[in-house]
Amino acid sequence: MIAEAGLAALWIAAALALLQLALAVTGIRFDRDDLSAAIRPVAIAQGVLTALAMLLLIAVFTRSDMSVLLVAENSNSMKPMIYKIAGAWGNHEGSMLLWVTILGIAGGAVALFEKRLEPRTLTATLGAQALIAMGFYAFLLISSNPFARIWPPPADGQGLNPLLQDPGLAFHPPTLYFGYVGLSVAFSFAVGALVMRDVGPAFARAMRPWVLGAWIFLTLGITAGSYWAYYELGWGGWWFWDPVENASLMPWLAATALLHSVTVLATRDGLRAWTIMLAVVAFSMSMIGTFLVRSGILTSVHSFAVDPERGTFILALLAIYIGGALALFGWRIGTVRAGNTFELVSREAGLVANNLLLSVMLGIVLIGTLYPLVAQAMGVQLSVGKPFFDKTVGPFALVLVALLYAGPLLRWRRDRVQAVFNRLTVPIAIAALAIAGIFVLAPRAGILPTLGLGLAAGLAAASVAPLWKRDLRRTPLFTYGMVVAHLGVAVSLAGMASDSAFTVERLVAVRVGQAVQVGPYSVTLKGLKPAVGENWSAIEGVLEAQRGDGAPFPMGPQQRFFSAPPTVTNEAAIKTVFDGQLYTTLGDADGQGRRQLRLWWKPFVTLIWLGGGLIALGGLLSLLGRLLRETRSARRARKRAREEADWGEEAWT
Amino acid sequence: MNRFAILCAVALVAAGPALADTSRPPVDYANTQLSDPRQEAQAKALMEELRCLVCQGQSIADSDADMAGDMRALVRRRIAAGEKPDAIRQWLIDRYGDYVTYDPPFDWLTAPLWLTPIVLVALGLLLARRSLKRRGRN
Repeated sequence: MIAEAGLAALWIAAALALLQLALAVTGIRFDRDDLSAAIRPVAIAQGVLTALAMLLLIAVFTRSDMSVLLVAENSNSMKPMIYKIAGAWGNHEGSMLLWVTILGIAGGAVALFEKRLEPRTLTATLGAQALIAMGFYAFLLISSNPFARIWPPPADGQGLNPLLQDPGLAFHPPTLYFGYVGLSVAFSFAVGALVMRDVGPAFARAMRPWVLGAWIFLTLGITAGSYWAYYELGWGGWWFWDPVENASLMPWLAATALLHSVTVLATRDGLRAWTIMLAVVAFSMSMIGTFLVRSGILTSVHSFAVDPERGTFILALLAIYIGGALALFGWRIGTVRAGNTFELVSREAGLVANNLLLSVMLGIVLIGTLYPLVAQAMGVQLSVGKPFFDKTVGPFALVLVALLYAGPLLRWRRDRVQAVFNRLTVPIAIAALAIAGIFVLAPRAGILPTLGLGLAAGLAAASVAPLWKRDLRRTPLFTYGMVVAHLGVAVSLAGMASDSAFTVERLVAVRVGQAVQVGPYSVTLKGLKPAVGENWSAIEGVLEAQRGDGAPFPMGPQQRFFSAPPTVTNEAAIKTVFDGQLYTTLGDADGQGRRQLRLWWKPFVTLIWLGGGLIALGGLLSLLGRLLRETRSARRARKRAREEADWGEEAWT
Repeated sequence: MNRFAILCAVALVAAGPALADTSRPPVDYANTQLSDPRQEAQAKALMEELRCLVCQGQSIADSDADMAGDMRALVRRRIAAGEKPDAIRQWLIDRYGDYVTYDPPFDWLTAPLWLTPIVLVALGLLLARRSLKRRGRN
């Protein structure tokens, strides 16, 4: 029954989406505000129903109801509870349901909370959101029904890919999806604004919190995904330029650019067409990412099912939505008045440069990711990976970091080059000193990492410079947000550079009792012992690590053997200390009584994810700051209106 | 999947004789570093740029697959013998095609890929110019 209820909830939600679209179209076409008013509750109900469908899917998973095909194929009654729950989205159909659920919730949230947008633009926005939802409901109900039954039900399920049996699965996909699909709101806003020809500062201020919200989730999702890959794959790498990673990076780059351009639109009424374009592009990147991952066109741990029909379906949706939005853009953008133009040396121009660089990086990642597919279609097999992206994206990233020194210190409207350099004396001096220092102390670090570390040191100073000589108590929260986010970039960059410059790697086969030196640590293999979990057994290496004369501590990397489905995975043991991580994995026996060990000492590698966390925190502070200011000014406006009314009454009597 | 499986199978079959013709060295270079740190750094850099042909988008430097191990051993052995990384890469490309390297060689087919950054910057500058005030007009 539960599965049928879930399916029913989905069908009703789809019908509501159709109703929502019809209300929007008729409301706007025939100027019927009563119809427009009905759209909010419909959108909210749709959000509630999708959430209900998702909860019901989780329910069939937790009950291990093997008569549901999806559960039988992807779950197992012996699996720990957390993976039964998370397993609900650890497969194609479930993850698409999660996608649709978040789309529904996002639409409901806009209907519930958006008060600033001009009412008719809001109606058009919710109509656009419904139109997107309808396509994905169709996809889910026609070709990816998560609630399909199987008869007779098997005795037990086939289990979940062991690489996914990790707490990361509980958080990484939902977080990333909130970011991906949250960008649909920006897309719908852009469509609404194009339909109503309502592009201006007020529109930008209304859109900004939604973009910020999605961007925070994206940042967290990418950061968490990177750390997950780092400890789960067992080779110490944290970014692989894998197409699936690129699929999450592209919306982030677009959303980051959008976040900055929407500020120009809100503050100076410039970059009108460009901001609309970016909003369309950002969600398009989310959809392209979904297509790449879900269509099975790529083989990776993320592509659960390979089914060309589904790929074609998503590709068709992609073509309709992106093509439709671009056509609308081309048709209507002529009617949007050109925005303000800027001086060459000004905050606005700095933000234009930021957008230019981010967009170029986005374009490179997009083409680099799609190129192998294009080549394949022409009958050539080729690979595009780390060396290509390092060479092409890397330089732009460094230029962007250099720009980041000056950007926040530039004045709006007009500034003087000399004055900017005066403000930047200290950061530039720090960067130069750091580069010189690393060059002397660690000449082997390599050019790019040295440059990265030096730039990061200077950027740390430059990013807090906007607070210099300001009354810290009266500085708005969103300024702190900007400072923290930019500081996060410096921290993350320092971690990346330090990891590539100073990592020590030791790959050795050792006998029991043998000690290996890796960086400042001495690691001894004390023995091997068996270990068991709820659905796996393992061989655990009993390691003892010691730093100098410090206290020795145990570490237990494992080789795990899963029964359903039968797989071997590596479970790294990681010791985090203030200045880095000791990363150990256990390999195979070599047949001569020795065990393979892989050991890494990674100085300050944790800064990479700490920086990612800071960037997201900065976004959160910024979001809170904006909302706070708006509530305050709204309260002040209400108070003023009340006073005026009182005064009016007094004058009357 | 089918195409990929076939490719993998072909790669495996092709790899067999190619990797087996040298007799197994005393050291297991698949999982043991070279003693000279400079050579090891060279080998490591090259391994990170080579694709594990049977894996799901991993380099041979971070894969558990047997074939990745064999390829690591091959890279280290040849580096130890004094061969240049580029020569080893070329040798592998000749055997397995461009698919094996993550650093696609520049030719008529990859020219659009490698020229992307320049084209994008030019386009971007053209677009950005429109949002800037003309000199002298203001």
